[in-house]
Amino acid sequence: MPMRIEELEAMARKIRAQAVRMSHRGDSPHLGSQLSCIDILVAAYFLALRIDPKNASAPDRDRFILSKGHAAPALYAVLAERGFFSKDLIESYNTDGSPLPEQPSPNCVPGLEAATGSLGHGLPIGVGMALAARIHKLNYRVFVTLSDGECNEGSVWEAAMFAPAQKLDNLFVIVDFNKWQATGRSEEVMSIQPFADKWRAFGWSTYEIDGNDMKQVVDVMSKVPDGSGKPIAVIANTVKGKGVPFMEDDNNWHYRIPTADEVQQVWTLMGQGNVTL
Amino acid sequence: MRDAFAREITRLADEDPRVVLLSGDIGNRMFNTFKDRHPDRFYNCGVAEANMMGMAAGLAMCGLRPVLYTIVPFLTTRCLEQIRVDACYHHQPLTIVGVGGGLSYASLGATHHSCEDIAFLRMLPGMSVVCPGDAMEVTGAIRAAVAHDGPVYVRLGKKGEPVVHPAVPAFTIGKSIRLREGSDVALLSTGNLLPLSIEVADKLTATGVSVGLESFHTVKPLDEECLNDLFTRCRVVATIEEHSRLGGLGGAVAEWLSEQPAARARLLRFGTADRFLHEAGSQEHARKQYGLTTETLVDSIRTALR
Repeated sequence: MPMRIEELEAMARKIRAQAVRMSHRGDSPHLGSQLSCIDILVAAYFLALRIDPKNASAPDRDRFILSKGHAAPALYAVLAERGFFSKDLIESYNTDGSPLPEQPSPNCVPGLEAATGSLGHGLPIGVGMALAARIHKLNYRVFVTLSDGECNEGSVWEAAMFAPAQKLDNLFVIVDFNKWQATGRSEEVMSIQPFADKWRAFGWSTYEIDGNDMKQVVDVMSKVPDGSGKPIAVIANTVKGKGVPFMEDDNNWHYRIPTADEVQQVWTLMGQGNVTL
Repeated sequence: MRDAFAREITRLADEDPRVVLLSGDIGNRMFNTFKDRHPDRFYNCGVAEANMMGMAAGLAMCGLRPVLYTIVPFLTTRCLEQIRVDACYHHQPLTIVGVGGGLSYASLGATHHSCEDIAFLRMLPGMSVVCPGDAMEVTGAIRAAVAHDGPVYVRLGKKGEPVVHPAVPAFTIGKSIRLREGSDVALLSTGNLLPLSIEVADKLTATGVSVGLESFHTVKPLDEECLNDLFTRCRVVATIEEHSRLGGLGGAVAEWLSEQPAARARLLRFGTADRFLHEAGSQEHARKQYGLTTETLVDSIRTALR
């Protein structure tokens, strides 16, 4: 740590393979939503965030909130790879009594900043954390990952109006714009376009990137704060199910669970060899 | 009550650098002293309660002690899910201070009435629910709430209510304050009906009834020791609240009572009925519509004693 782009890409392949395996073993859905944001998670935890897994609650650490809590298995896999807890714990995912539910509970593992799952909560919490940095005169940054469907929630826009008013330039939002929500095209369910313009109009320093291009993700995450005096909002154009051809942009994978054969196909595709289920 | 809150929260902020005050775009001049002394710890969060509640949780997760202030229905019902998930599930030390409890803002219409908030909030795991009876209790309650390591809801009336206590009483969350001893009837008053409860006690006493009176300010956790004592000794225990008879103090005591094999006293629950008010009127008028008057309470209690 920190890693080069090729190393981050290799890590993303490893996490994708693990997420698919966890979905099968844990019989848990939302795989497409995890695969779309794995490049964001990897870039954050293996490069952008100023964190120390051995001192996971240091007051001046950067905070990361996965507000789209349904992608939590991918986050668990990333935290384990980053050394926040033993990889053995991943094997207990979503089994009776495990600390790792489908969507995270508070402090379920070191490094997990907030319980999410109900959409529209992560950004207000992140705003509070960013404001606390100012009150405490600390220099940490707060990174929040939202889903496009999540931006249906009014609380997202309450927070989006408040953060620029306080000039919270230590706050970074990245929207995993994978173009789908649970049961439909996100642009058809709600009028979210022009998406970046909305954030810009609310007073955010706004960027649009390919959120599955590791270099672009890394570059945009290196910009906090970007000198504008504003919080940053990134519209990360992604593909739901990214990396697995038979899952890409197919919303059935919001709920479908992969079979053992499909998990092996993905492991082969990701160069991870034979899977143990 | 609200001026007592403004004074005490300013003092607490002077003493404790963790105290941060969040307002939902009300009480502007009230907090002038606070803002002058602690400009970096006062935030007008606008008319956006969901964000304010989530933000408060974020502040608390970073070691601060946020205190949130706006009108009861908007601070409780409007953002109930934020209270549930961000404050309670994370068990963060938020002091949620609602002004205009019950029928305090009667003339603003039923959108501003709050006769369900106690019920909603006391269902939430880890939440304490505190309804001070006068300005002195507000002072004690705010101090206790900010010191408490978990979420606390403090329900205020408005301003200018009669002051009952000569000084700030010893205040512990979950410990009722005994104002009068009595053996026939015990009145359990929570929140802003304390002055009315005193009138009821006076009138009953004048008819020769032995009346005890509690400022039963904490609805959750229930002071079971106090309840045990009163239900064992008295013939009638009456709960009195500017809140629905469903789910408030009366509801909480009824739940408790249903599991007490040795209870002697009969429970009477005084509160608002299961309907909205549609007509204009003062707090006094609104109370009358719900039968929350000294005369009605005295008559009902005397009937129960016969």
